[in-house]
Amino acid sequence: MVVATKPWPDQTTREAFPVLSQRIHGKRLVYLDNAATTQKPQCVIDAMNQFYQADNSNIHRGVHELSERSTRHYEEARVKAQRFINAADWREIVFVRGVTEGINLVAYTFGRRHIQEGDEIVISAMEHHSNIVPWQILCEEKRAILRIAPINERGELLLDEFENLLTPRTKLVSVVHVSNALGTVNPVAEITRIAHRHGVPVFIDGAQAVAHMQVDVQALDCDFYSLSGHKMFGPTGIGVLYGKAELLDKMPPYQGGGDMIRSVTFAKTTYNDLPYKFEAGTPNIAGTIGLGAAIDYINEIGLQHISAYEHDLLAYGTAQLENIPGLRIIGTAREKAGVLSFVLDGVHPHDVGTILDREGVAVRTGHHCAQPVLEWFGVPATTRASLAFYNTREDIDALVAGIGKVKEIFG
Amino acid sequence: MIQDLYQEVILDHSKRPRNFHELAGATRHVEGYNPLCGDKLKLFVKLDGETVQDISFVGAGCAISTASASLMTEWVKGKSRQEVVQMMECFHDLLTTDKPAAAGLGKLAVFSGVREFPVRVKCATLAWHTLKSALTGAGEVVSTE
Repeated sequence: MVVATKPWPDQTTREAFPVLSQRIHGKRLVYLDNAATTQKPQCVIDAMNQFYQADNSNIHRGVHELSERSTRHYEEARVKAQRFINAADWREIVFVRGVTEGINLVAYTFGRRHIQEGDEIVISAMEHHSNIVPWQILCEEKRAILRIAPINERGELLLDEFENLLTPRTKLVSVVHVSNALGTVNPVAEITRIAHRHGVPVFIDGAQAVAHMQVDVQALDCDFYSLSGHKMFGPTGIGVLYGKAELLDKMPPYQGGGDMIRSVTFAKTTYNDLPYKFEAGTPNIAGTIGLGAAIDYINEIGLQHISAYEHDLLAYGTAQLENIPGLRIIGTAREKAGVLSFVLDGVHPHDVGTILDREGVAVRTGHHCAQPVLEWFGVPATTRASLAFYNTREDIDALVAGIGKVKEIFG
Repeated sequence: MIQDLYQEVILDHSKRPRNFHELAGATRHVEGYNPLCGDKLKLFVKLDGETVQDISFVGAGCAISTASASLMTEWVKGKSRQEVVQMMECFHDLLTTDKPAAAGLGKLAVFSGVREFPVRVKCATLAWHTLKSALTGAGEVVSTE
């Protein structure tokens, strides 16, 4: 493996991220909150600055030079996103604010059209609130039923039980690709195969997946896939909803406004083609361009390289944490990515987080917007260290030393 | 300094909270909830006219919220409703301002270190918000958000 022979990331990798060079409370910043949001490399910041400083204009409207440039850069980002997840057609890439909006868009359009009273939607027990609540709202409105596929004590989806939930009334399956609270990598290709065998379309929440592993929506054959730019070194407020063209075509629009219409009269409005039908109003142009730059950056490093390196780092972190008496890792799936969620005997995660912060170590503490799954594990909260490829073994060592400090204070 | 936050008294009360039980004969009980970190506590108050005759709590939370609830129950026992409301303000000032600590805070003064940790103010005030609700009868579940 490349990582065994070549120490990586090197100093220049870390230097590409301006935020990481600072000291926090006098200590080297150890940023281990990447599942909440990742840091941004200089090239992403530059791309967005460049847009505002040199090209700023609205898109798809003007005949002038600036508008032509903005439109071109915006649409280039769409093609980058298409290639990034290997979608068959650029028209299948809809820009949204992030995965939360992607899910809400599908619930609001596909869901409202196809889900009737008594129909069922199947999600998993490890979903983020954003993949629970939109379906609850829809189910309440339609008097439909939300079914929850269970998990085992390692935090792995029980595929047989999942399949047992699929009935002729099941109209949609929506599952997370990588769990933000546990790190579990779900077998989404298999989940999709099973659901399709029952004629059920599948939505995959890819928020925690795309910065860590290669995603190929055609190979997965999923019907919808969504990602958030800020969790893959891009800016906040921009993400992608991928949908198969034949499904998107049949869906009603999400919001009404500019760009999503072809012609308007007071009698009738004709909607625009894909993907513009779903992009009402002036979009987040700078964010989209920033996302494109983030994709370029990831491609330059290579997701295979990132995956292999992070796999090694996660194994190292897991072994180091397992050595600590009184520490229990929550989420021990055999297929995991990027997340070390844990509880420490006798110390609340919030106290762990405060003490780690004073050591320069940034982690997330709490329920990670996934209260049901933590309840299943019988803990109200965990401390979560989540990795990106710019993290190193030194970062893990700082985390372990910080936990030592916690134990020192709490005796 | 992290030790300013986690003082001995606070650690002691977080590990061995006082008045940590349900209270038979309580005239009021109210739940407090901090959605940010999931801290939950249930407060039992026995009022005798205007006086807090007895008080207790149960729940689960971080060291700061548990110790704050514990020390609060010690402090308010035997105090009048008015004294409690006044102390609530003094306590809040202690956590959020540079004003000199009010007289009468007693052991509660150990929370002065929270000032340096603004995100933890809510942990320290959860029990007090809950108590306020119990004394004014404002609601069933008190949230810090």
